[in-house]
Amino acid sequence: MDPAKAPILYLDGVTVSFDGFRALNGLSFYVEPGELRAVIGPNGAGKTTMMDVVTGRTRPDKGDVIFRGEHDLTGLDEARIAELGIGRKFQKPTVFESHSVFENLAIALKADRRARATLFARLSPHQRARIDEVLETTALAAFSARPAGALSHGQKQWLEIGMLLMQDPDLLLVDEPVAGMTDAETEQTGALLRGIAGQRSVIVVEHDMEFVRALGTRVTVLHEGAVLAEGSLETVQNDQRVVEVYLGR
Amino acid sequence: MTDRRPRLLPDWLARDRGGLVLLVLVAGAAVLVPVANLAVPADSAFHVPSWVVSLLGKYLSFALLALSVDLVWGFAGILSLGHGAFFALGGYAMGMYLMRQIGSRGVYGHPVLPDFMVFLDWKELPWYWIGFDSFPFAALMALLVPGLLAFVFGWFAFRSRVTGVYLSIISQAMTFALMLAFFRNDMGFGGNNGLTDFKDMLGFPLQSDATRAGLFAASAVALIGGYLLCRFIVASKLGRILVAIRDAESRIRFLGYRPEHYKLFAFTVSGALAGLAGALYVPQVGIINPGEFAPANSIEIVIWVAIGGRGSLYGAVLGAILVNYAKTYFTGALPDLWLFVLGGMFVAVTLFLPKGIVGRVPTFASLARFRAGRRPDPGLARGADG
Repeated sequence: MDPAKAPILYLDGVTVSFDGFRALNGLSFYVEPGELRAVIGPNGAGKTTMMDVVTGRTRPDKGDVIFRGEHDLTGLDEARIAELGIGRKFQKPTVFESHSVFENLAIALKADRRARATLFARLSPHQRARIDEVLETTALAAFSARPAGALSHGQKQWLEIGMLLMQDPDLLLVDEPVAGMTDAETEQTGALLRGIAGQRSVIVVEHDMEFVRALGTRVTVLHEGAVLAEGSLETVQNDQRVVEVYLGR
Repeated sequence: MTDRRPRLLPDWLARDRGGLVLLVLVAGAAVLVPVANLAVPADSAFHVPSWVVSLLGKYLSFALLALSVDLVWGFAGILSLGHGAFFALGGYAMGMYLMRQIGSRGVYGHPVLPDFMVFLDWKELPWYWIGFDSFPFAALMALLVPGLLAFVFGWFAFRSRVTGVYLSIISQAMTFALMLAFFRNDMGFGGNNGLTDFKDMLGFPLQSDATRAGLFAASAVALIGGYLLCRFIVASKLGRILVAIRDAESRIRFLGYRPEHYKLFAFTVSGALAGLAGALYVPQVGIINPGEFAPANSIEIVIWVAIGGRGSLYGAVLGAILVNYAKTYFTGALPDLWLFVLGGMFVAVTLFLPKGIVGRVPTFASLARFRAGRRPDPGLARGADG
């Protein structure tokens, strides 16, 4: 495959079983470079497992996960996959609570990840400027010196997205970014994610249908570890099988 | 941004005010205590008796040990309940040197073999005792052997992602296993009697006041050096990553870092520092035996750090000195009560001062730096820290 034209992420027949339970059952789909993709599905559909497989936390029993048409991710660990350019935001906001917002971003900053290099590392003016830029993007400039633990829930979510941006990834996996957010925060988050897509590919796992509608993007519906339907939100909402899965429970 | 006026001290040290106060005090003691012992006449109120000099020197070596535990527990979140093993190994390395220095002055008068080997009817020195007649070699081993053990232990534990209570338990098992091994006579380390009856060190008699004063000063210098090293590490980006690992290890992994490498670095440095502390301890107390490996010792170190203030380097130093002073006092005045007092202090600190006795002072200088430069809301910044 030509890396330049290849999908940024290509999952082919990925199967993961936990004690006989098939969390992913021959899951196949792909995401184009620069695309913003929403992934929805009822509980247990395999959304989080899919993210675990892509980011190296879980090894699939079968199937391939190809990044940028050239890297098979199934044999790599979390750190290596992150280095290749895949960032992940957890469902529960996970930031370094005792570090300041600025420090959180500085740690996430794309730089040499080896221990030896970090012992003598100093921030260059260019790197500071990059951190300031992301502080603006995530509306956290006024909170730069505040310990991340003192931020509101929504701000922590943004900080975590900001940390992903500092990593400068090609693909972001974002797990339920608006869970527990106010309407205003949800709206801002949507704008933030739409702004990120284009230069980077973003996969958003979400329960909130209003939010998915606001994203106005292609939707993949997962069910029992495989793709049930794919298309615009209107298309999938009118799909008889999707209606059954969501209403039949 | 911070202003660019010229500074006497590097940034990583200048921001640590509590640490600077401590370093000045220790440096002052390194000079004043030997002077007050050697130059001030014995009938003066300012005279410090020799036994006090050795006692203070012992406290300083414990402070260095506490520092090494705080580096891994306070900053990297690795609760080691086996640091006594690294301390004891450093102590044994020094003890072996001191044994070799006895020479033919032992009870059996053998020119090479220590008394206990003659007693066991050994004919020649075991291979692992070779070289210990040289001080530089023994000093190197006091750092290297504990450092290597820490490296090997950490390599397996961190690579297998053993964390939390499981790591604490296997570290405890490690020190227990070493204790049992060192109790055996055929290990060649003096069995349950350990190594003792030392005569001199570098040609200076260990019983003399001047040697004791020198050992005290050496302990103070080692503590200062150990403090500077730890401070440099925790103030670096590596140190902030250690704290990040402590607070959210999986997050740091998905950011592309390998936490096991960072933990391994901190653990190895910590093991070597604990070994250095042991090497300073042994000549000042005059004995090293397998009891130093006892699991309870390792737990006690953790209590010093918890009382002083986990995650604060000078807190750990302060905790070690205060608790050991209390121990000296209580084991003399009310020996039966000491363990209750220790337990009581631990419970009280856990309940009322979760950040230890220095908990009121902000721990992470990084906050102070950014507070000084970009002052958004000092009230809140402080609120989360204290």
